[in-house]
Amino acid sequence: MTEARRGTRVDVRKTYKLYIGGAFPRSESGHSYEVSDAQGKFVANAALASRKDGRDAVVAARAAFKGWAAKTAYNRAQILYRVAEVMEDRRPQFVQAVRQSEGLAAQRATKVVDAAIDRLVWYAGWADKIAQVVGGANPVAGPFFNLSTPEPTGVVAVIAPQESSLLGLVCVVAPVIITGNTVVVMSSYERPLPAVTFAEVLATSDVPGGVVNILTGDYTAPAPWLASHMDVNAIDLVGAAGDPDNLVAYEVAAADNLKRVRRAPAAEPDWTETPGLDTMTAFLETKTVWHPIGL
Amino acid sequence: MVSTGSTTDWTYAPAPESRGIVDIKSSYGLFVNGEFVDGSGPDSRAFKTINPATEEVLAEVAEASEADVDAAIKAARRAYTRVWSRMPGSERAKYLYRIARIISERGRELAVLETLDNGKPIKESRDIDIPVVAAHFFYYAGWADKLEYALPHSMGSGADPQPLGVAAQVIPWNFPLLMLAWKIAPALAAGNTVVLKPAETTPLTALLFAEICQQADLPPGVVNIVTGAGATGQALVTHPDVDKVAFTGSTAVGRAIAKSVAGTDKRVTLELGGKAANIVFDDAPIDQAVEGIVTGIFFNQGHVCCAGSRLLVQESIADDLLDRLKRRMATLRVGDPLDKNTDVGAINSAAQLARIRELSDIGDAEGAERWSAPCDLPSKGFWFPPTVFTGVSQAHRIAREEIFGPVLSVLTFRTPHEAVEKANNTPYGLSAGVWTDKGSRILWMANQLRAGVVWANTFNKFDPTSPFGGYKESGYGREGGRHGLEGYLR
Repeated sequence: MTEARRGTRVDVRKTYKLYIGGAFPRSESGHSYEVSDAQGKFVANAALASRKDGRDAVVAARAAFKGWAAKTAYNRAQILYRVAEVMEDRRPQFVQAVRQSEGLAAQRATKVVDAAIDRLVWYAGWADKIAQVVGGANPVAGPFFNLSTPEPTGVVAVIAPQESSLLGLVCVVAPVIITGNTVVVMSSYERPLPAVTFAEVLATSDVPGGVVNILTGDYTAPAPWLASHMDVNAIDLVGAAGDPDNLVAYEVAAADNLKRVRRAPAAEPDWTETPGLDTMTAFLETKTVWHPIGL
Repeated sequence: MVSTGSTTDWTYAPAPESRGIVDIKSSYGLFVNGEFVDGSGPDSRAFKTINPATEEVLAEVAEASEADVDAAIKAARRAYTRVWSRMPGSERAKYLYRIARIISERGRELAVLETLDNGKPIKESRDIDIPVVAAHFFYYAGWADKLEYALPHSMGSGADPQPLGVAAQVIPWNFPLLMLAWKIAPALAAGNTVVLKPAETTPLTALLFAEICQQADLPPGVVNIVTGAGATGQALVTHPDVDKVAFTGSTAVGRAIAKSVAGTDKRVTLELGGKAANIVFDDAPIDQAVEGIVTGIFFNQGHVCCAGSRLLVQESIADDLLDRLKRRMATLRVGDPLDKNTDVGAINSAAQLARIRELSDIGDAEGAERWSAPCDLPSKGFWFPPTVFTGVSQAHRIAREEIFGPVLSVLTFRTPHEAVEKANNTPYGLSAGVWTDKGSRILWMANQLRAGVVWANTFNKFDPTSPFGGYKESGYGREGGRHGLEGYLR
């Protein structure tokens, strides 16, 4: 109104929605919540994901798993590299999003975005190398061919970091999907908007729908259901660091179908540090194949 | 080769292995801090371990109380901080090599004792269990001074892998000494100390292993053995001063352990149940496949977590295959485990026999057709004949639940895709078998099967260098090979 009166153009504001199965639905609950910038000023209403959204996301992630895991590692590498390319193309937008969410000065926000893009490139390259590093031939004492290779665990639920809204998110999503898993990730509660913008990059980067599903809102709504969900194979609890009661509850629930659990550290880690391979191997299974050798 | 003439009477003269080589004491204490000690307290309890083939009592064994477990963990902690974690890996290696050598030296004694306490045929304990135990210690001994090459995760950052501390290890009764080796060898190589609880029905070889540790002059407290049942195991894995829990056993107990460690820093590896599909295609080498099916389900009386308990056979060859299988099963010699000709020994306990009978009766009630190999079972002890159920559907409990006995459920399929669907239709994911002459199909099947070990044109093969462990509800972590060290290093 005030802008129109001054004769300037009224901007077209974005509706921030969930990202499930390659589409951008609102929460099925109809709930949303106010998101403010680092100064406390209203920015947008984000979708408040419900437990049903969580379940829908698991269905999408499960449906996408077979095809994603079956792609060649080279292909997955190219797709993740493509994500980095598209992010780079939209770098100013991400810098703005990080400044708004995390209250960083322009220079620091730029560094964070660059680190996120570089991390995607780093993980992209792992797709067709991890099997050679963690797998290999086993010299058994007998006439057998025997080979161990890593395979994706399946559908992984992730509670993304609360502080680092973009770099942290990338650091917990990229290692899960690059090896062939699919993911349901719950974004930072107070800083969800970079995650939605990231979803828009995924949607335009040849990442098949359902490989990454992003839920904004309070993780305590969907997380208990994802932790106990019998069609979820693993859970990364890192974003619940500092929430000991829920961490115990989620780990207990996860035991029902023996989910692989990546526990949360005491506090949110420094995401600029080079990650090890644990981020990937936590969600890999080792398959060992035997065959006799003979004439 | 066995003649196909079904009227031939294949009687064998008895060929018993002498049990004189083993000196079983009437009672055993706990092995704590390098010494055998009695259970603590005025009401210290003991339990009897029996020979499941005769129900004869072999020995009385102390039942470790919470206080006993605590003492063992304290001993392990002391040995860890004062001795074992400080010792150069090259020196730790020498102790493990010593142990490997003594196991070989006393191999026959261990085999006879294992067979007496467990009920498995002497030819399996003598030719498989004990040699693989020695090989396991020999293999991991060599890792102890090469740990900087063990974790590719940390090689890039130049990290120096460190042991975790004290490992609490609980093992099952199906391969008593072999499971002990799978647990203790990598733990010690990595620099951890251990408190291990053998199963309550098969404690004797673990206690003989304790003597071997003494003979090897292993520093006191590096290995501690506490005997007992579920309560002892629970006290061990829930003890606050434990850094690592390693368990092999049922999925139900594994789940309880996973819950009990929630919120702690304890690292966990779990090797749990299975319901493996053994898949036979119409082009399979049929006689080899029959041998593989027999090995898959009747090895160790079917008391094998990775047993090929679901036979998936391509419809076009099902009748022929089943005829051959039954003919082969009829030649299995069931009886005295100490007899060198015995193929199938005793069921390990009355409780396990009851479980096998219950599930088999459910198989009858649900409409599957039972066929058991004709064999005379001894009048004393716990016995169950090699049995096959046909007409089994995926919904039947004998197709879904782990029976852990010599009972095979047969299902059929038409296409490779159907075989994969049926094979993966289980919450378990420990192992699978594929039989076909077509190389590309073997590799395609191996890719599709959600299982940690895939045996193609073979089954139930084990090696210290080969990682073993499951997908899904068969647990997590791997034992064997370089991968087996990952669960004991940080």
